Amino acid sequence: MSANARKNNAHILAQDNDVLIQANALNRYYGDYHAVNDFNLTLKKGEVLGLLGPNGAGKSTTMQMLTGNISPSSGDVLIAGINLIEEPELAKAAIGYLPEQPPVYKDMTVAEFLKYCAALRGIAKGQRNNLINNASDRCGLQDVSKKLIGNLSKGYQQRVGIAQAILHQPKVVIFDEPTVGLDPLQINQIRQLIRELGEDHAVILSTHILPEVQAVCDRVQIINRGETVFADSFEKLAKRHFGSNLLVSFNGSIDAQLIENLTHVESVKLLDSMADQNRYQIIFDQDSNLQNHATDIFKLAVKQGWELVELSPQTETLEQIFMDLVYSDTKPQQAEITNVSKELVNE
Amino acid sequence: MNNIFTIAITEFKRMFNSPFAWSVLAILQFILGMIFLTRIDDFTGFYQQQIATIENAPGATFFIVSPVYLWAGIIMLAVMPILTMRSFAEERMNQTLTLLRSSPLSSLQIVLGKYLGLLLFVILFIAMLSLLPIALSYGTEIDWGMIFTSSLGLFLLLASFTAAGIFLSSLTSQPVIAAISTFGFLMFLVMLYLSGGSQTNGSELFIYLSHFSHFETFVRGVIDTSDIVYYLLFIVGFLVLAVRKLDNDRLLG
Repeated sequence: MSANARKNNAHILAQDNDVLIQANALNRYYGDYHAVNDFNLTLKKGEVLGLLGPNGAGKSTTMQMLTGNISPSSGDVLIAGINLIEEPELAKAAIGYLPEQPPVYKDMTVAEFLKYCAALRGIAKGQRNNLINNASDRCGLQDVSKKLIGNLSKGYQQRVGIAQAILHQPKVVIFDEPTVGLDPLQINQIRQLIRELGEDHAVILSTHILPEVQAVCDRVQIINRGETVFADSFEKLAKRHFGSNLLVSFNGSIDAQLIENLTHVESVKLLDSMADQNRYQIIFDQDSNLQNHATDIFKLAVKQGWELVELSPQTETLEQIFMDLVYSDTKPQQAEITNVSKELVNE
Repeated sequence: MNNIFTIAITEFKRMFNSPFAWSVLAILQFILGMIFLTRIDDFTGFYQQQIATIENAPGATFFIVSPVYLWAGIIMLAVMPILTMRSFAEERMNQTLTLLRSSPLSSLQIVLGKYLGLLLFVILFIAMLSLLPIALSYGTEIDWGMIFTSSLGLFLLLASFTAAGIFLSSLTSQPVIAAISTFGFLMFLVMLYLSGGSQTNGSELFIYLSHFSHFETFVRGVIDTSDIVYYLLFIVGFLVLAVRKLDNDRLLG
């Protein structure tokens, strides 16, 4: 089989090798429950995708489908051009997967375990030691390689899980919440590792920690209740939601009307006034250049002799965007509930 | 094929990473050693005089060693489920099955790997058991042919226990349930044997279906191909079911 596999791999290498993961219209039902609805994804080499969503959104189910742990009810998955459902063994050789719970045997030492994984992935004997050393280095496991996995802390077990996923240098790496249980220093190391991996692999990671996505991902796909509610590059997400607002603060009172009279200004809102300081939010119309507006405000302040103490763009955090997207989706349902309760009250 | 052996050998080694396999082997050896001793006692004190006058009488092997093999089979009814429960149920419980599932392996390779790993343990157990007749051979003449058939029979019997245990272990994520249901199933087949041999309502079919009836002929020193075929069918049947179950997990799990 391995000779055959090599031939096939060569054949695929000859083709366009850029698209490493292609998922078409994936659906998954658990009984009547529609866990994942029409999931589409194209991921190229060198891209890191963040898969976001609240609990029970279908992230893990999606990842299990992409790694061949469960079959989709409909739709198909191509890993580096190989159909995961028709040729699972061949396709799986190109995947490294870290599930939510690191799949490690607690009664083995780290070195034994990685050796076993290398053998399972069909790595030639001569290369095994090299690859194991490489993965241990990258995950900082050299010092504990002779320890039983069961005796390691959660963070180290997680690192063993990551090491097993990248051991065979798969083209596609899929991490389900990789930084859970790690301390801040380790989190940084793992993020660094993911960024490194992102250079010559295709990486998917799911997480609850939004800054993590901001830190390592090029693209974001947000899933809510099985449906994709947002899928685009990170920059577009940022552009869509960041910075059409400015925050300004002045010492002493000012005439807000003067600001409102400026071009492109839609509205001026007094946010808070503490002691002598007044803080305003200035909202501009959509297609405007924030930098120019800041200059305008500054000039106006100089002209009027206002004591400007803050002038900054208002950036929405990813968290807010996320809440927005997920929340706006749940709104109709909540509205229904309120209607129902109103009806109940009326009765 | 390499993958199957990789899994088998790792599974086998992992059993010895904890005190589990060691203590199972030690306790089995102790109990069977005790049974062996009592049989020697009985033989030297009673049977020896009884058969002294009979021509072509069965020898020491028949009186001492065969019962030990029979007892080994009976004791393993309770021990084998504890060994097989780990194969899939424990992996499910610890969520480590994902490792094998996401490696480039087929369900058949996974099941065969686990099965062969347990068979290695069975072989080790039988090898340790055969130390008893070897010890006896210093004092008397041993019928090695009978030892061979008994060992072969015990191996096939335990291999069939293992196959059933692996299948039942693949059905659940609770090792205890896997063990208890395997024990129940193995005991059910023993019940078939007992009820089939009943004086009033005996049934040839029941006796044929039970695994112990086929083991008995081996212990008597007879190799009957129909018995071998019975065990092979039993084993293949349950392994196929286990493979089907794993494949199904992907669709329904």
